[in-house]
Amino acid sequence: MIVKREKLSFWERLYFPALLGGFKVTFRHFANTLFRGRNTGKELSGGYYPETPWKVADGYRGAPYLVRDQSGDTKCVSCQLCEFICPPKAIRIVPPGPNGPVPDRPNAEKIPQEFEINMLRCIFCGFCQEVCPEEAIFLKQDYSLTGLSRKEMIYDKEKLLALGGTHAGVQKWKQKLEEAKEQETFPVKD
Amino acid sequence: MRAPRLLPDLMEFILVTLLKIVCVVVPVLTIVAYAVLVERKVSAFIQDRVGPNRTVPPLVLKIPVVGPLLQRWGIFQPMADGLKFILKEDFTPGYVRKAYFWLAPAITMVPAFLVLAVIPFGSTLGNPGNKMVIADLNVGILFTLGIVSLGVYGIVLAGYASNSKYPFLGGIRSSAQMISYEIAMGLSVIPVFLISGDLNLGRLIEWQGQNVWMVVCCPVSFFIFLVAAFAETNRLPFDMPESESELVGGYHTEYSSMKFALFFLGEYANMVASSAMMVTLFFGGWTLPGLTEPASSVAGGLLHIAIFVAKLLVLMLVFIWVRWMLPRFRYDQLMDLGWRRFIPVALANILATAVVLWVNAK
Repeated sequence: MIVKREKLSFWERLYFPALLGGFKVTFRHFANTLFRGRNTGKELSGGYYPETPWKVADGYRGAPYLVRDQSGDTKCVSCQLCEFICPPKAIRIVPPGPNGPVPDRPNAEKIPQEFEINMLRCIFCGFCQEVCPEEAIFLKQDYSLTGLSRKEMIYDKEKLLALGGTHAGVQKWKQKLEEAKEQETFPVKD
Repeated sequence: MRAPRLLPDLMEFILVTLLKIVCVVVPVLTIVAYAVLVERKVSAFIQDRVGPNRTVPPLVLKIPVVGPLLQRWGIFQPMADGLKFILKEDFTPGYVRKAYFWLAPAITMVPAFLVLAVIPFGSTLGNPGNKMVIADLNVGILFTLGIVSLGVYGIVLAGYASNSKYPFLGGIRSSAQMISYEIAMGLSVIPVFLISGDLNLGRLIEWQGQNVWMVVCCPVSFFIFLVAAFAETNRLPFDMPESESELVGGYHTEYSSMKFALFFLGEYANMVASSAMMVTLFFGGWTLPGLTEPASSVAGGLLHIAIFVAKLLVLMLVFIWVRWMLPRFRYDQLMDLGWRRFIPVALANILATAVVLWVNAK
């Protein structure tokens, strides 16, 4: 497609109308901010940052945390998809192995032995959340991550679970368990 | 009746001149520091922000009403910034050409202050012989134009000495830009001196006081000079050498700490110098309509200095405001404007003024 460019009139080519327009816009903002005390911080969150934290919009991609389901069980099954998809390799998962911990949830196969996210590496892209088949990891709304050392910025499984909280959603494995139980008591007709 | 002389003439001349230098440089440095604050505040207001409003030394907040107000206006921010520059590490990358790298910031800053030497910033103070100008040159404007064009060497040298891509591009742009706008600037002031008939800036101001401000006589000259001044001081819309969005800071990319601060200081001192030049050339210096005689008392002399400084600050505000109003010109547009628009217009302006003067003289 070719966009036809309008020919500028003589008046427009003089550059003065643009100057005037620019001055009008900047002066309006200047006066509104200076004399009527209107500014972005006040209008969006009612205050300035350290005292009044910024209100995060829906769908904001903050720090990724692990979540528990409604029964308080770890949802992650240590499939390591997030570890493989993670572009900056911020996630590190140690699978349980044959003698590792047993999952909290009945009917789930695995639980990660160790799950670490290096928040200094994380780019908050949200691939881990998208790829997770268990809906176990979510980008929450935390945007202010601080620490006094690099080590402190590597969040382990306990920390991630504590920060992530509970996620209200479908409990896939609980449903499957109930279906299986139903199968056993299913009245077989002749 | 005059008081008996305590000092020989030469000593007195040297002492008075030194005093004047101190009295010019210290306020200029203060204006520079607070121009940065005004710049940050104005930009904040234009962009719906609040600007610096946190910095406050201990105990100031204890003062009722005034303390919090000073904090909100960010009055202490320049001091904190200055302190920061002193404390920062002065890092010199290994690949730079050391001697030039060290020389460049000084070469950028010195011309800006040298220009101020010939600016008459007031009429007289105390006795009539005590003119408020550091060097009362008969060729003031020629000196100014000569010194201003030295400023570009600092930038070009910085670009060359940094020995890396972006500063180099910044240096090249700077030299091309300076050359084209230098000519327009020089040509634009010729009508002013054709009309007043004197190259001495002090007498130019007196002429403007007795007749009319030059901005009324030759508005075209003023406009060209203003635009050229923007280009000379590397301010938006002509901040090609710096253009932080394309060249990562241009010529001062590799500089840090106090050396960077010198460039920064130079840029703002240049703004002060250009504003002072424009006040002198086009806005009647220390005169106001109805207040045109050289002062006879100390209070009158101080009033004249205050008038000059007030005009200067208004022009500084114009410099600052324009930066947040206009987008950067493209490189070729900049060249086109300089060579193909302003130089012919300036030449035509000279011719027109000369013809009018000739016709009037007949």
